[in-house]
Amino acid sequence: MEKRVVITGIGIYSSIGIGKNEVLDSLRMGKSGIIYDKEREEFGYRSKLTGMVKKPDLKPFLSRRERIGMHQPAMYAYMATKEALEQAKLESDYMSKNETGIIYGNDSTAGAVIETIDKVRKRKDTTLIGSGDIFQNMNCTVNMNLSTIFKLKGINLSLSAACASGSHSIGMGYLLIKQGLQERIVCGGAQEINLYAMASFDGLGTFSTRHEEPTKASRPFDLNRDGLVPSGGAATIIIESLESAKKRNATILGEIISYGFSSNGDHISNPNLDGQYRSLQMALSQAKLDPKLIDYINAHATSTPIGDSTEAQAIYSVFGSKTPVSSTKSMTGHECWMAGASEIAYSLLMMKYNFIAPNINLENPDENSKKINIIAEYKEKNIDILLSNSFGFGGTNSSLIIKRFIK
Amino acid sequence: MNKEEIITITKSFLSDEFEINSNKIISENNFHQTLDLDSLDYVDLVVVIEENFGFKPTSDDFKTIISFNDFYDLVDKKLK
Repeated sequence: MEKRVVITGIGIYSSIGIGKNEVLDSLRMGKSGIIYDKEREEFGYRSKLTGMVKKPDLKPFLSRRERIGMHQPAMYAYMATKEALEQAKLESDYMSKNETGIIYGNDSTAGAVIETIDKVRKRKDTTLIGSGDIFQNMNCTVNMNLSTIFKLKGINLSLSAACASGSHSIGMGYLLIKQGLQERIVCGGAQEINLYAMASFDGLGTFSTRHEEPTKASRPFDLNRDGLVPSGGAATIIIESLESAKKRNATILGEIISYGFSSNGDHISNPNLDGQYRSLQMALSQAKLDPKLIDYINAHATSTPIGDSTEAQAIYSVFGSKTPVSSTKSMTGHECWMAGASEIAYSLLMMKYNFIAPNINLENPDENSKKINIIAEYKEKNIDILLSNSFGFGGTNSSLIIKRFIK
Repeated sequence: MNKEEIITITKSFLSDEFEINSNKIISENNFHQTLDLDSLDYVDLVVVIEENFGFKPTSDDFKTIISFNDFYDLVDKKLK
């Protein structure tokens, strides 16, 4: 028998807030986390804009050995996971005795790798790198570090799927629990923020150069958008079987009811209407839902002309013109590998507190965006069922549907 | 560099890098037991010794060390 899969903890370390409370305030106020980064100017970036998070101080929580294998993705993920596990009332001692897995989205460790290689270039001796760098350098850095720290003994793997990594991590965790193969899994996504992480992406010319107005640069669906703004941090979503959550007396924040996915099998970077449409249809058909029952869509929309426009067409073709839509990337920028998980966290906060966070900076919707119901201002709204889209380079698509928990 | 300087520098990097309580770094105490290092930690110990004293101890060097005093003597010998 298939199991019901619920969410019992969320944690966020993002440019719009450290922790759920700060993030909730930002979502309500429509506060942007985008800044002008002087270092990017000096380094040769075309776009100097980015979302920014501060480096967390892990010394109060972790030993030297636990800390030295961590660079930005693992550091941010640790902070988000700590918060999520506290909300879920899951402690390491319990998890060491009750199998808990981890599937975390991450798709780069550029900062760590380059810093390591620079050490070798300078000293011409690999034995002077030190012991921590290898655990920072590998793409599974978040999994290696967090599974060790939190004593996780179930499924343990990283999920690399470009800007849909975080969303697929939740989707794959959902499938494993639904099938009865795991009781609970730490899911999420992490995104490094450093000069090395986004240089090649910036070189494509797809980032906004609205330097004079950083907080207005990320403007999904707006006619005058000129590109995305990179960002980062981490978000963690604790998912578990309903039986496990009830047994532990955990607070249930929502129920995952479907996971649609597809691959475009087409261009390496351009979006594809058919691929997005198939992902949405798969999610809806799995959930056996009439599209009209979706109360809110958290769009992938990154603020690129072709991306947003294609998604608006996909949403219109499946949902028509009434379903409320917003892109929280208007505030956060594009959190890339983290985005699919953070946007579930943002959407769950909206569900809990009955509002839709605004798609800020929407002044003139483009031709396709005019056809859908984009919420540009804070709106009070009861959300019983929400859908979150994530699309990535290589044509990977993911759509998650989450329902308010009803016993 | 005299022995006092070697001791001061050693205490400093062991407490900074390895979070060892400097009160436990006493000449007669057992070097390995006090530091309680695993195989990965020894990799880092080599790095900090090289950074601070300019040489890389070998595994054979470590085998000759029992007390902190032995370590200070090793550094003194290597620096001469």
